[in-house]
Parts: sequence; structure tokens; C-alpha cells
Amino acid sequence: MARASSPRRMILTTLAAWGVALLIFFPVLWMILTSFKTEASAVANPPELLSASWTLENYAEVWARSDYPRFFWNSVVISIGSTLLGLAVAIPAAWAMAFVPGKRTKDLLMWMLSTKMMPAVAVMIPIYLLFQRLGLFDTKTGLILALMLMNLPIITWMLYTYFKEIPGEILEAARMDGAGLRSEILYVLTPMALPGIASTLLLNVILAWNEAFWTITLTTTKAAPLSAFIASFSAPQGLFYAKLSAASTMAIAPILILGWFSQKQLVRGLTFGAVK
Amino acid sequence: MGQITLKSVRKSFGDVHVIPGVDLEIRDGEFVVFVGPSGCGKSTLLRLIAGLEDTTAGQILIDGKDATDLPPARRGLAMVFQSYALYPHMTVRKNIAFPLKMAGLSEAEQAKKVEAAAKVLNLTAYLDRRPGQLSGGQRQRVAIGRAIVREPAAFLFDEPLSNLDAALRVTMRQEISELHQALKTTMIYVTHDQVEAMTMADKIVVLNAGRIEQVGSPLDLYHFPDNLFVAGFIGSPKMNLIEGAEAARHNARTIGIRPEHIGVGSGPWEGTVQLSEHLGSDSFVKVQVDGIGVLNVRAGGEIGVHHGDRIRLNPEPDKIHRFDADGKAIR
Repeated sequence: MARASSPRRMILTTLAAWGVALLIFFPVLWMILTSFKTEASAVANPPELLSASWTLENYAEVWARSDYPRFFWNSVVISIGSTLLGLAVAIPAAWAMAFVPGKRTKDLLMWMLSTKMMPAVAVMIPIYLLFQRLGLFDTKTGLILALMLMNLPIITWMLYTYFKEIPGEILEAARMDGAGLRSEILYVLTPMALPGIASTLLLNVILAWNEAFWTITLTTTKAAPLSAFIASFSAPQGLFYAKLSAASTMAIAPILILGWFSQKQLVRGLTFGAVK
Repeated sequence: MGQITLKSVRKSFGDVHVIPGVDLEIRDGEFVVFVGPSGCGKSTLLRLIAGLEDTTAGQILIDGKDATDLPPARRGLAMVFQSYALYPHMTVRKNIAFPLKMAGLSEAEQAKKVEAAAKVLNLTAYLDRRPGQLSGGQRQRVAIGRAIVREPAAFLFDEPLSNLDAALRVTMRQEISELHQALKTTMIYVTHDQVEAMTMADKIVVLNAGRIEQVGSPLDLYHFPDNLFVAGFIGSPKMNLIEGAEAARHNARTIGIRPEHIGVGSGPWEGTVQLSEHLGSDSFVKVQVDGIGVLNVRAGGEIGVHHGDRIRLNPEPDKIHRFDADGKAIR
């Protein structure tokens, strides 16, 4: 960071950064703009920007035609539920792998991560059938379980790397001070790893909120979250781009706002331990 | 009470036998120092007593009760770590109170004991700070405070002073000794620093490659080392060890003479001064002695010899240690 930076260089890198940011954000921006256009304006070719006719009608119609609050509530319950359940499983697991590793701990970690490389479609039928038979289909419990298991390798990996940063002697000190395993994790490990746990929690909420494959496959109406809400607007009668955009904007707005306010924490969490 | 007995305690990590078998008796109230070169297993032995490592074989008794399989939390021992291992997210007050909280004491009792410990250790002004805001010496005191509040059967110290600078080390050494005199609780102290061992211990346990070489009071080890290892390890500067004809003349394979037991001026040995260090209070002289080799000599005060001088040396006859072919002392 101590590199000498001339003003010229600063301007260039700033411009480049803005360029890349715009490139990444452009689809989202276009979607938000489209959501305020009329259907005709939305599909016009060449695309209209300044000459477009603007309206709030799409939002009004999307709101009137569907039960947004219910989808929203399902998304909240599923993403937060799967995250908390995931942490409850991953914290002890990561503790064990970080502080009492066995010969095969590294292999186990690699194997866990490798499950993320398997295409989800490959297990769609068995999981669909399992959910049907077990009565988990279209239930929030079912989705919480599915998303928790889906993200568990990532949560465990992240926590494992945070825990590795904590000196083992401090946990040994807690043991000498009379702490059992529960107290050791509750009073010493968790508070010390809190920044890491917080960013794991945030990332997992975002991952779970954005998940579309399983949430659409395993729900019909009752437990359907916002991903299914978006999908419901690509109707067989044809695509209504403006309304679809409005629905999508409504679906991503909460998580976008959450991400905006926690970006500092997220960035810190994701780069934690990289420099030290 | 804090009587600790080790019976044929062994520890292996895979095929590596770190502790091949140790028997040791530590009496209640004793200040015992484990000393030895790095990698000799002294820290491992301490961690076995603490319960932070599982024993491979053997028994550990605390106050006569088998503690071999007890978790550290239930052995009633307290430990001070080299890195202090304070809880960084807690204030000094909470750090010291932590063992009391774990023991289920009421808030009022916790507060009372923390205040008392802080007073003894001069920490009262720092109780609401975090460890990150303290100096090394203060952190060490907090670590000791956390150990003393719960009134353990014994204190275990794992090289507690090695992160401090030299001056502070001397002060803390004295503080720990005074603490021992005040509390009269068993203390087991691991160090590689023989000055700490000599000054603090009631009993020194010299370890080498996981084995106990000798157990005894500091002066026992100094005057009557059982073998070459102890002879070479205890004492600073190190004992001169001489083999060959001169040793044979004393009916031994090796003879040893400490630098402070060689007189300068007249005597049977003659040599050339290679190096002389003048400290005022002491003079350290390295002499190439004819037919014997290089000897270190420590003389009190200033003796005025310099590089290249020919001098005569006189070993005190009753201070010569004799060792056989196995390195064992001949008495």
C-alpha cells in the first residue's frame, strides 16, 4: 500500500474501477430502469433511455396481482433459518477441524468442498422424490434443510479458516480455567471469531436469498420464496419485461440494501486472514 | 494441597517417543523447575500434567487421586502460558474472573476475589482495560491473576518470562518467587533458562531427550552432577570437560572443573591466553592449556591478563568432577 501514487495514476485507477463496477452492475441497473418503463417502451429496439415513457404502473400491478409479502416472508424465514441452523452445525464442525485435526481432516475439507462442484441437476430427481415421500415438499422446513445442507460446506470452510487464526493456547487457557467444551465455544471461541462468524452469516443469508434452483424446484405455493415470485411472472402467455423487471427489483431490493449496509463487514470477512 | 506423582508416564506422537517414561514425585508446596534444552520434552511433560495432552501410558496422581484421564478443567490446576493466552475480548476484570465464573461463583464473590488478586498484583488501575492495552509485564500479571484467583492445587508455568525483556524478567522472577512464598502452593515451572532454574527452584528436574537426567536442589546439581549432561548444562559459564591423559591421571574417562574453581597465578597447568573479558566484578579468560586444550577460567575481580600472556592455572583439587566411560559421575 506504500506505493507512491501520482495524481495521474490515481485518476486512471479510479476511472478503471468505476468502469469495472459499471460493467458488473449494468444488468441490474438496466433491470431497474426497465421496471419503470411501459411494456412497449421496455421491448423497443433500439433500446430507449431518454425517450422512454416512465411509469410506476408495473409495481402497482405486480403488487396487486400477487402476494408479495408472503413470498418476502418465506424468503426471510428460509434464508435466516437455513443460516442459523447451518451455523449451529458448522461452528462445532469447524472447531473440531481447526483445533483437534486428525490425519484426514484436510481430505475431509476437500471432499466437503468437492460436493459443491457436483451439478445440482444430477441429484434433482432423488431429492425431489425424497422431499415428496418425507412430506417436506413445499414446506419452509424442507427448504431450510435443503439450503442449509447446500451451503454447509462453504460455511464450514469459512469458519474453519477464521478459527485457524485463533491461537490454540487461548482455548487451552479456557480449558485450564475450568471451561467445558460448551463454555469454551460459547464464551471464548465464538466472541473471538465474531467478525468471521458475522461475515459468514451475511454471505450465507445472501446465498440462500438468491438461491433459485432448489427453491423453485421444491416449492409450489405455500413455501415459495421470492425466487419463485420472479419465476411466476414469466407466464406462458409471453414475457412481460417491464413487470418481470419490477418483480425482480422487488425481490432483490431487500438483499441489495442489506449488502449495501454490510459491505464493509463482508469485504473484511472475505479477506480476513489473507494478510497477516 | 498439591502433591503430584508421575508413575512411568509415557508420551508418543506416532512413532516419536517424546517422553519414554518418567517417574517423579512433587511434594505439596514445592517449587519445581523443569529445565533442559529445547525439544527435551519439558513442555510436553507439563502439558501432560495439565491434561492438555493425553498420556500414552502411565499414571498421573494429583493428591493421591488418579487424574490420568481427567479433562484439564477437572484437575484443579492453573496454568500460565508463554503467550499469556489472555482472552482479548474481555477486560482484565473479566479475564481474572473467568475461572471463577466457570466454577459457578456468585457475581459478588467473583468481584471480591478479583479485587483481592488485582491488589496483590498491582492491577487495580487496569481492571477495565483490555489485554491489548497493557504492556507485556502487565499482561503477565493478569495471566498470573487469572491463575491465583481460583486457588488451584498447583500452578503450572510454561516459560512465562521468555517474552519479556531482560530487566523485566528479573523483576517478574522475583515477583513469582515472592508469590510462592506467600501462597505456599505447589508450582511447576518450565524454562530453558538455567538462571531462572537456579534462583527460583526448591527442586530442579533436568530433562534431556524426554528422560530425567537428575533431580535435586539447585546446589546439589551444581556441586554433585550425576552425569556429564547435568555437569555441562548447569552452571554458567559451562564446566570445562577434559579427556585424555589428564583425565586418566585422575582415574576417569572425563574430568570436569568449573571455570570459577580454577585459580590464576601459580599451579600445575600452563597455557596461553586466547581471549580475556574484563567485567570489573569478574574476569573471563579463555586459555589454551598445554597438553589439555582450551579451558574457560572465571576469576573474581580484575586480574590483569591479556591476549598472548603465558599464565599458570591451579585447579582446586576437591572441585574436580570425575566421570566414567558412560558419562556417569564417579564419587
